Amino acid sequence: MMNNTDAMSLTLGESKVRSRRWLVWVAAIAVPLLLPLVFRSGYALSMMCQMGIAVIFALSYNMLLGQSGLLSFGHAVYYGLGGYASIHALNAIGAGKLDFPVTLLPLIGGVTGLFFGIVFGYASTKRAGTVFAMISLGIGELMAAGSTVLPGFGGEAGISANRVTGKGLFGITYGPPVQVYYLIALWLVVSAILMYALTQTPLGRMANAVRDNPERAQFVGYNPQRVRFITLVLSAFFAGVAGGLTAINYEIVTQEYLTAHTSVTPLLMTFIGGAGYFFGPVLGAILVTFLQVVLGAYTKAWPLYMGVVFISTVLFAPQGLAGIVMQHRQVWSAGLMRRLVPAYAKVFVPACALLLGTICLVESTYHLTTEAQAGTQMSLFRIPLDVATPAPWIGAAALIAIGLYFFRRSCAAAALSWEGITAELQRRKSP
Amino acid sequence: MEFFLTSLLNGLSYGLLLFMLSSGLTLIFSMMGVLNFAHASFYMLGAYFAYQISSAIGFWPALVIAPLVLGLAGALLERYGLRTVHKSGHVAELLFTVGVALLVEEIVPLIWGRMAVKYAIPRELDFTLFSLFSTSFPAYRGFMLLVSVGMMVLLYVVLTRSRIGLIIQAALTHPEMVGALGHNVPRVFMLVFGVGTALAGLAGVIGGNAFVTEPSMAAAVGSIVFVIAVVGGLGSLEGAFIASLVLGIIQTFSVALDYSLSDLFAGSEVALLHDEALRSLFSIRISQMAPMIPYLVMVLMLIFRPQGLMGKRE
Amino acid sequence: MSEKIARAGILVIFAVFLMAWPAVAADTIKIAHIDPMSGAFADAGERADKMLRAVVNEINAKGGVLGGKKLEVVTLDNKQSPQESLLMLKKATDEGIHFITQGHGSNNAAALSEAITKIYQRTPEKAVLYLNFSAVDPELTNDKCNFWHFRFDSNSDMKVAAIVSYLARQKSVKKVYLIGQDYAHGRAVRDAARRLLAQKLPNVKIVGDDLHPTGKVKDFSPYVAKIKASGADTVITGNWGNNDLGLLVKAGKEGGLKVNWFTFYAEAGGTPAAIGEAGVDHVYQVSEYHTNIPNSSIEPFVRKFEKETGMSFYYLRMKTAIEMLAKAINQAKSADPLKVAKALEGMRYQSATGEVWMRPEDHQLMAPLYISVMTKAGPKLKYKHDVNRSGFGFRTEALIALKDSVLPTTCRMARP
Repeated sequence: MMNNTDAMSLTLGESKVRSRRWLVWVAAIAVPLLLPLVFRSGYALSMMCQMGIAVIFALSYNMLLGQSGLLSFGHAVYYGLGGYASIHALNAIGAGKLDFPVTLLPLIGGVTGLFFGIVFGYASTKRAGTVFAMISLGIGELMAAGSTVLPGFGGEAGISANRVTGKGLFGITYGPPVQVYYLIALWLVVSAILMYALTQTPLGRMANAVRDNPERAQFVGYNPQRVRFITLVLSAFFAGVAGGLTAINYEIVTQEYLTAHTSVTPLLMTFIGGAGYFFGPVLGAILVTFLQVVLGAYTKAWPLYMGVVFISTVLFAPQGLAGIVMQHRQVWSAGLMRRLVPAYAKVFVPACALLLGTICLVESTYHLTTEAQAGTQMSLFRIPLDVATPAPWIGAAALIAIGLYFFRRSCAAAALSWEGITAELQRRKSP
Repeated sequence: MEFFLTSLLNGLSYGLLLFMLSSGLTLIFSMMGVLNFAHASFYMLGAYFAYQISSAIGFWPALVIAPLVLGLAGALLERYGLRTVHKSGHVAELLFTVGVALLVEEIVPLIWGRMAVKYAIPRELDFTLFSLFSTSFPAYRGFMLLVSVGMMVLLYVVLTRSRIGLIIQAALTHPEMVGALGHNVPRVFMLVFGVGTALAGLAGVIGGNAFVTEPSMAAAVGSIVFVIAVVGGLGSLEGAFIASLVLGIIQTFSVALDYSLSDLFAGSEVALLHDEALRSLFSIRISQMAPMIPYLVMVLMLIFRPQGLMGKRE
Repeated sequence: MSEKIARAGILVIFAVFLMAWPAVAADTIKIAHIDPMSGAFADAGERADKMLRAVVNEINAKGGVLGGKKLEVVTLDNKQSPQESLLMLKKATDEGIHFITQGHGSNNAAALSEAITKIYQRTPEKAVLYLNFSAVDPELTNDKCNFWHFRFDSNSDMKVAAIVSYLARQKSVKKVYLIGQDYAHGRAVRDAARRLLAQKLPNVKIVGDDLHPTGKVKDFSPYVAKIKASGADTVITGNWGNNDLGLLVKAGKEGGLKVNWFTFYAEAGGTPAAIGEAGVDHVYQVSEYHTNIPNSSIEPFVRKFEKETGMSFYYLRMKTAIEMLAKAINQAKSADPLKVAKALEGMRYQSATGEVWMRPEDHQLMAPLYISVMTKAGPKLKYKHDVNRSGFGFRTEALIALKDSVLPTTCRMARP
């Protein structure tokens, strides 16, 4: 797996890398702060809140998947329990039983995550691989089933609270959504910096070593089990922070926070974004949240499209979005992008046709089967279609067939020019 | 007594259905080392295919055709999907099956709608087999038992006694050797995957009309199937068989247990019970806890005996 | 050159982001319908949405409100999750919508009800009035009641009271079994049944009660064995859906259980088809409406709806809700939510099945309830109207007078 630094040091000097990385971090801090000035509507704001939380959650997940090679199906446990603890604390603050600033509430979520990370992690990190995946699934399902019966989870209705309690500090009451957004942005930046710093510590390096070769890591004197345990506990902490932020954002925590679905979401985000890179989950979390929210408003078939994106990533781009970006970055800085553009342009057109055909097919079928009673008229991209006539079906089939044919051909061409470029890069690297 | 016997019968038949479901998963895992997250999706597809076929030409042809179609689909999926991601490792394979599960879950309502479809028990089997005291035992349940046991015996015999079974087992441990002997190892894997999905399909054909054929049926059994495979010992058919029966019976009987911790302390004044939260915790009945039991068993098993009931040590 | 392309690309992406924001449109009074439109519960949400649109179309065809203003439905998908419900509520307030309606899931209802209180506290100009047409958790009009929430369905306590008053007339009822889904609704039904049976029918014994996980039980035969062992003759269940209600009744028939089932939602969606033969003459339902009410004034509307959509009309209460909203807007001579809410309080209205009344203390609609029983139905049979072409419908067994289902409330409403 290509490392961030490897890719850059190919063409840039070490000092230049430093300054660039510094710039990236400045941008990473500035962008979230400036976004609310661009997107003012409450809807956009709440979507950005979701994105911020998703980024923390996905980054914490990637501490396991990407950095330690642990595939977890139960990350929701720490997120959800962190959320429940925070909402209980928020209620206690509201009732005057607890004196604690709302700004630091995610810390309670984090500590709760940490605690349960210690409890469950002790048992689950004894082994890696499939056994770890299965234990995490088991613990996840256990907590999900337990939350419906055990007291303290508020049953199906969940537990709600009011985040506007007390006087507030300097006029910050967390009543207006923009204040909540900045709270999330603050925690996002702090958590991201901490998680990045962790990857640079000996622990982070050992996690990589344990992922790649546990025997060798053990040989050098590190106990792989302990490395996995500590990583899981820390990752659970950040998942708990994300849970605490969600509790503040929605002012409600429900069983849904603990379900398998919540556990799979960061997996999707991380994998689509690229588990091999620190910023991969960031990209993935932003894209998946955007798709979920915006696509969900336009089409009922959004989970299907999500599934297609996910499976395409697994099949064709296992490095994820970040992987694609980094590969092209390398080409870009070598000044070879120009060679790729024509090949990509040729792929772009049939890819669009293929996409359009698929969308047309999916939407028409959806309309026919799940909305049969609403009549056969529908509109796609403002074009009226009648699914009872053969036109949309023939059109979709034709688009798919033609698109697929040319897509495969142009893909082959693109692969060829990509190979040429890789060869060129190799040549430059070893003159 | 009547209650005990009926519950035992119910537990047995539920357990055997669970076995039907998990045998394919176990088979695939034992042979290929792949945990197929899409297994329950094939179960659901089996039910829907059977519904479609049986409404055209009847239940009995569907019983044969639907699993065959699914076996073929599974084999193709292995050939063109799983094999491509195989080089990226087990995690990629696992994620691929997760993706397939997500897709199937969306495609099924796309084709058959969100409502349950009318997939009914065949007329020939819609009668009472025998009556136990005043509880009748439906013939279809008997049929389920029969198919499940038949499946177990057949699988066992084929795997341990037949030539093809020996090749399959050898291909797992010594792929190069088997390849050198002139057997097409990738094709063996394709075959195994196909058989595994066909078994899931068969369970769907039989389970679909015994229960309800609807788009959420895969999600409903998805994780319980894993519990069986893990508790039985990943890759062990015998273990899966025992685990299915035990879990089926435990779950059936736990429904009947109306005891809670507070019953234990009934009569004696325990100071703890004045606390509201503790009191509600103590008043949860075992029957309410029933859905948690399988997962609890699974987690404990993984911690204390990770190889499962009958699994081999790593 | 490549940088230019990159810049253009970024611009395009931003443009897409911007376009994704919904534009504010024409001069109509919008009602946001927040219910599941995707996922496992989408069927129920989509059905409700079609009925809502039919109801709104009828009002608009008659000239709308305020002398010509039209109502408009904005459908928002909450994916059956309280959290998504709040997100959709935010979207609605962002678009300047002041009226929302929702029906599926008391958990979503509770989340929405709390959120609209906060909206009024934090941004009074965005106040939202919430018409709840089917979430029946009694809490919503008792301890958790709220000025901006109006419920048009009888809550589960009232429905249980109606069942109990019906059982009181049946001499054969001796032993009652309670079974329900292990969540707020199932528990509320169980608690109400225990309380009301003990109060009103001291001679009837409760021989057992069970809560099972929602939507997870595939094999109900152990529960059936338990019910059978208890010797019950009547079962009261809050269960709904193809699984938890359909499978339960089917398992009962398979296991030779001979009881009458008293249910809340046997008529909804595909449930009659899922229950099938097993339910005929044995599955009872308590509801404000069913398919075979003779000579009701809603008849032409229902037949037109059936013809246009191919599905049966189910939510009379939703129709009542929207019609009362229209009447309140006209009375208030404004679409200001506060004025409309005040007009709705205490409103009396002639619905298709009789007079209904919005009780001002807790904003709970008082409406007559029917006890009906499942029956074979079809165009050629005595009962003409089957539910969603299943071949099964319902026939009236009793009409419960208001006095038998009205219960006091613990609501202490904070008014603006």
